[in-house]
Amino acid sequence: MPLIEVRDLKTYFYTEDGVVRAVDGVDFTIEPEKTLGVVGESGCGKTVAALSVMGLIQIPPGKIETGEILYHRDGKVTELTGLNPKGREYRSIRGNEIAMIFQEPMTSLNPVYTIGNQIMEAIILHQHLKKKEARKKAIEMLHAVGIPVPEQRVDEYPHQLSGGMRQRAMIAMALSCNPSLLIADEPTTALDVTIEAQVLDLMNGLRENFNTAIQFITHDLGVIAQMADDVVIMYLGKIVESATASEIFHNTKHPYTQGLMNSIPSLATTKKERLIPIKGVVPDPFEVPEGCGFEPRCPQAMEICKTKIPPLKEVASCHLAACWLYE
Amino acid sequence: MSSDNILLDVKNLKKYFPVRKGVLRRVVAHVKAVDDIDMYIKEGETLGLVGESGCGKTTTGRTILRLIEPTAGEVRFRSKKLAGQGEEYKEVDVATASRKTLKALRRDMQVIFQDPYSSLNPRMTVGAIVGEPLLVHRVAKGRERENRVRELLASVGLKPDHMKRYPHEFSGGQRQRIGVARALALDPQLIIADEPVSALDVSIQAQVLNMLEDLQEEFGLTYLFIAHDLSVVKHISDRVAVMYLGKIVELCKTEELFTNPKHPYTEALMSAVPVPDPDYNVERILLEGDVPSPVNPPSGCYFHPRCRYAKDTCKTEAPVYRDLGNEHFVCCHFADSLSLRPVRTG
Repeated sequence: MPLIEVRDLKTYFYTEDGVVRAVDGVDFTIEPEKTLGVVGESGCGKTVAALSVMGLIQIPPGKIETGEILYHRDGKVTELTGLNPKGREYRSIRGNEIAMIFQEPMTSLNPVYTIGNQIMEAIILHQHLKKKEARKKAIEMLHAVGIPVPEQRVDEYPHQLSGGMRQRAMIAMALSCNPSLLIADEPTTALDVTIEAQVLDLMNGLRENFNTAIQFITHDLGVIAQMADDVVIMYLGKIVESATASEIFHNTKHPYTQGLMNSIPSLATTKKERLIPIKGVVPDPFEVPEGCGFEPRCPQAMEICKTKIPPLKEVASCHLAACWLYE
Repeated sequence: MSSDNILLDVKNLKKYFPVRKGVLRRVVAHVKAVDDIDMYIKEGETLGLVGESGCGKTTTGRTILRLIEPTAGEVRFRSKKLAGQGEEYKEVDVATASRKTLKALRRDMQVIFQDPYSSLNPRMTVGAIVGEPLLVHRVAKGRERENRVRELLASVGLKPDHMKRYPHEFSGGQRQRIGVARALALDPQLIIADEPVSALDVSIQAQVLNMLEDLQEEFGLTYLFIAHDLSVVKHISDRVAVMYLGKIVELCKTEELFTNPKHPYTEALMSAVPVPDPDYNVERILLEGDVPSPVNPPSGCYFHPRCRYAKDTCKTEAPVYRDLGNEHFVCCHFADSLSLRPVRTG
């Protein structure tokens, strides 16, 4: 049974300039103890989809228009969009059973509290431990994420830690209540490669030790290849392709995914092999194309693409793509 | 150095920033941002400069341009515009050049910045931004200047009617093109590109990289390409310099670096880059800890606390930056004896 099932989720933002359809009819499932990679460029709705699951969409201007987010636990099914995001039940899930880590560890940690206090807050709130025990648990968590001398670090402030350490502290905080789902929103984008490698390695190890499912959001296909079991590719608020990681990389179907793969320079290619960029830019969110969102940039666009939105359907076994080429 | 077409020759360049403390603002220490580096760039080539944040790559670029005063060292540049009659070029030391010479030199050395949002003045139109260097250096004015701006915009793939618009009307990739057009305005020989694509989305990165390559061919440009992304550097560079804590640890031809690395840091850095292939399962070399503080660098070889091959010598003696032959420079005691893992190819 899946852990999270998202069905036809639409999260819109009503701004002064018009409606932004940040997430526009998205379906995906996250299996327990698996990693789902969500790939897309800035503005494709990958973060908003995650925040919708967390119940962290600011209302207004945001609104979950339609859709269901089904959360399966202990044989029970909870429909998350039906809960009050500020209510007791959501709060008992958020940060406890579903936790999130963010891209910028400096801005998502509170600079005026020690990291120990910030980790303890979640533990005291959700696990009802005493302060002393919570502190012990916090030190344990810092140790688990590989922070040296955790007894000392627990009393330090975020500015005293390096970028990689801060991200480790964030991970410690998120995992402190042993969540069943960890949402990681570009957790390594702000880090240097050698530090990124450490953090990714750590996350893979923790996933095994804590039996946590991970929703891993990134724009970096290299990171996805290393982390994800299943991958969804998003473009303009829609999922354009969804498959297992090896299918996505070895049997790429959607022209957008193909475009992404061709446009990244790889360490394996020989020098001066010309990159094949995707032409044009991501359309303005207020002027989304009528048909397929990728049509204006697609090298294989056809007449039908201009007017009709392609459905996401199976193009190979366990491989979905939204493209008229596979009609 | 045998080749005679060296455009820029950097020797023993140092930039130390003082750390001041106390009421008297006494200098208590120095941040050795650039710590005695040597390199040269040949005409028409692209030298990539990689390293992690804080390793001094940006400071190196800015010190070469003398946007920051160097603490010591030489930056010899062969300027075509300063050449007298009958001369092909004039060699000038940028580090000690007078104000007047420096201003003239600016026409030959230009820069592209990382952040296309903060490096364009939001109150100026694109036409004014791209045309400003022409005014400052009294190269062209009036109608002539306007035509030149049109030409420049066309060469970076923008339309002439974009001249009247303001930076906020453009996307990140287009803004980076505006920055490139401005750098090209004075027909420079050398462009220092400081992380020109790292703020851009992947699909836009490729467009800008291709454009930079096209422009290099068209105008015979020489690039110093600063980046932290090894794949990008590998793609665009003829030779690559790897920096760590203010020093160049390895510098050689791109192919050579990726197939025959000689410094353990290069090996670890390459191994850390995520490979876009889910079946790639080679164990990666994980460096322990963080980059040490440049205020108080480790003794001996700066890399020794994180190096898996470190021996006792490394803790006490600083290795010498030397040529292993065939222009493969490296700064490691054991460069000759280590057999390091190259990047996966194919």
